[in-house]
Amino acid sequence: MTRVTDSMPEPGAPLGHFVSDLPFDPNEAESRQNAETRFAEASQRQLMWWQFRKHKIAYWCGIFLLIIYSTIVISEFLAPYNQHTRNSDFIYSPPQPVRLFHDGQFIGPFVYGRDQTLDMETLRRVYTDDLTDVQPLRFFCRGDGYDFWGMIPGNLHFVCPAKDGEAFLLGTDRLGRDVLSRIIYGGRVSLTIGILGVTLSFILGIVIGGLAGYHGGWFDAVTQRVIEVLQSIPSIPLWMALAAIIPVTWSPILVYMGITVILGLLDWTGLARAVRSKLLSLREEDYVLAARLMGAGSGRIIGRHMVPGFMSHLIATATLAIPAMILGETALSFLGIGLRPPISSWGILLTEARGVNIIALYPWLLFPVVPVILVVLAFNFLGDGLRDAADPYK
Amino acid sequence: MIRYIVVRTLTMIPTLVMISILVFLIIELPPGDFFESYVAELRALGEEADLAEIEMLRERYGFDQPQILRYLHWAGGMLTGDFGYSFEYRLPVNEVVGDRLWLTIVLSVLTILFTWALAFPIGIYSATHQYSYGDYGLTFLGLIGIAVPNFMLALVMMYFANTWFGISIGNLMDRQYLNEPLSWDKFTSILSHIWIPVVIIGAAGTAGMVRRLRANLLDELGKQYVVTARAKGLHPKKVLRKYPLRMALNFFVSDIGSILPAMISGAEVTAIVLSLETTGPMLIRALQSQDMYLAGSFLMFLAFLTVIGVLISDIALAFLDPRIRLGAGSSK
Repeated sequence: MTRVTDSMPEPGAPLGHFVSDLPFDPNEAESRQNAETRFAEASQRQLMWWQFRKHKIAYWCGIFLLIIYSTIVISEFLAPYNQHTRNSDFIYSPPQPVRLFHDGQFIGPFVYGRDQTLDMETLRRVYTDDLTDVQPLRFFCRGDGYDFWGMIPGNLHFVCPAKDGEAFLLGTDRLGRDVLSRIIYGGRVSLTIGILGVTLSFILGIVIGGLAGYHGGWFDAVTQRVIEVLQSIPSIPLWMALAAIIPVTWSPILVYMGITVILGLLDWTGLARAVRSKLLSLREEDYVLAARLMGAGSGRIIGRHMVPGFMSHLIATATLAIPAMILGETALSFLGIGLRPPISSWGILLTEARGVNIIALYPWLLFPVVPVILVVLAFNFLGDGLRDAADPYK
Repeated sequence: MIRYIVVRTLTMIPTLVMISILVFLIIELPPGDFFESYVAELRALGEEADLAEIEMLRERYGFDQPQILRYLHWAGGMLTGDFGYSFEYRLPVNEVVGDRLWLTIVLSVLTILFTWALAFPIGIYSATHQYSYGDYGLTFLGLIGIAVPNFMLALVMMYFANTWFGISIGNLMDRQYLNEPLSWDKFTSILSHIWIPVVIIGAAGTAGMVRRLRANLLDELGKQYVVTARAKGLHPKKVLRKYPLRMALNFFVSDIGSILPAMISGAEVTAIVLSLETTGPMLIRALQSQDMYLAGSFLMFLAFLTVIGVLISDIALAFLDPRIRLGAGSSK
């Protein structure tokens, strides 16, 4: 840095002056202004995204759910076994822990082999780890055959037990079926049933609530009464009654559809109420009047002009409704009036754990409740985050 | 006030009528009726059904009449206390049901009291200590309460009660009192059993209530009158007790309307798992065997219980909050 000195320069010499050697960006002022207008110019969607990302727990729960939901696309590949494979030599086998070190030596993920003996006094099968029999897990391997999505035959798995060995990471059930594989397969049903049910109730809620809120009059009065009635009946008994109606002769896929419809049919009331109250306040807005004067029909006004204005709220509400449906399906299946085997869902898996004896003897059959809890928690957090983000100007 | 109560009670009637229509439609939906499945079952066992008796029952309960008449018959009977006939038990529904309705009511009331007793202090603590460790911990605990399915909680508690305390909690009372009239011993036996279902059913309800109470109280705490009271030097505890707490109390009463249906749902599932002597286990059996009058009256009873519960909470709210009994908000 050149300093301006006190003494006058020599006559004829150049005048000393201050020059800052800090880097100088001639466009700086402009870009700072840009940063300020970034907020002002951001679209609503962008603002919501920023707001949502600030909610750390909701953000990570969203990512967790994305991962979980993407696993159901490739359940067959991820599960080490086919969900129906019965291993009659390994009935009620406890979980085999995955180990990395054998005799102080790093081997990579492996399990010890298992010996089964029958305790002649209690007539229980006793499994002991054979500490000399190291069975390394294989990855991207050929194992149990399956039909991918019920259509394409294949046998590629992400992880399988060693050749001629077994690895039941979460144990087996009364038929010797791998619990982990069944949980992975069960997710496909349990997770989609909530989404489909909410989609149905979403459509019903928007249409019915929209008509009631926009038109008012007798339709509104009737809808209000119906909603009141539906909300005053406890949902599980009502679900039970409707689920009991599903004929035994229906195929599993039809039963699945039926349960979805039942869950969706009774859940639209909350959404319809939200839509109605929003529309009631929005229909006096000028832009609605403008649209009407230009000759738009009520369907177009509701669908094109009013609903998008509070869609984000609706999505947040719907997200909070999904866990109730997942729990509902689990409860119905557990009671034996929801889905039925051979379909597997988390609720059906939990029916295996009915009774205190089972919990005392084979506690690993309770594992399916872990994904239920995690998914329900994640949806709750995600819904909270979405609700906060839905109104980014607040 | 009296006018409000009368109007509010009268609006209950159309709701109940619509519920009864809905319930009737549901129990009529399955193809065939109890007699058909009964005869089919007997045939499968190789027995001959007493067709004359069945024909008689069929006629007596109007199965040959159009549905509207049957509905009127059923609904009219309920008004006079005749809930119809259970075909499976071959007894009038009234006799089959016995204590179950009362036990369901007792269980529900106790659960609500439990929920209140737990949710009120926790909610206040969470709201006044927002973002503290205690708040986070309690919120998380509450979320777990929401996320764990009722039946799982019931199973696990059943197991631990068995291994730790050595009590069997599969029932609501000791075996020998099952069909006894109410006595002191039976009462104490029920009391010693009932707390487990109360805790299980209350868990989810408490969690939801704490969550809403906290949000509500936080809204109140941010308002200007609280700031004013603080600024003029009132003790924080007194501020809390004098104003926001009373506002929260209103919400507390009105929230019954939203937790009661959920609570009864949970109570049914829990009762089935624990095989309690309430409506749950019998309802599911009746539904499975198409014993329509029995199932119908259970559904009706549960809905009635909720409607009455909401009615009571509305009236209590009117007592607490002058805006409601004086304002026009009788329909809301």
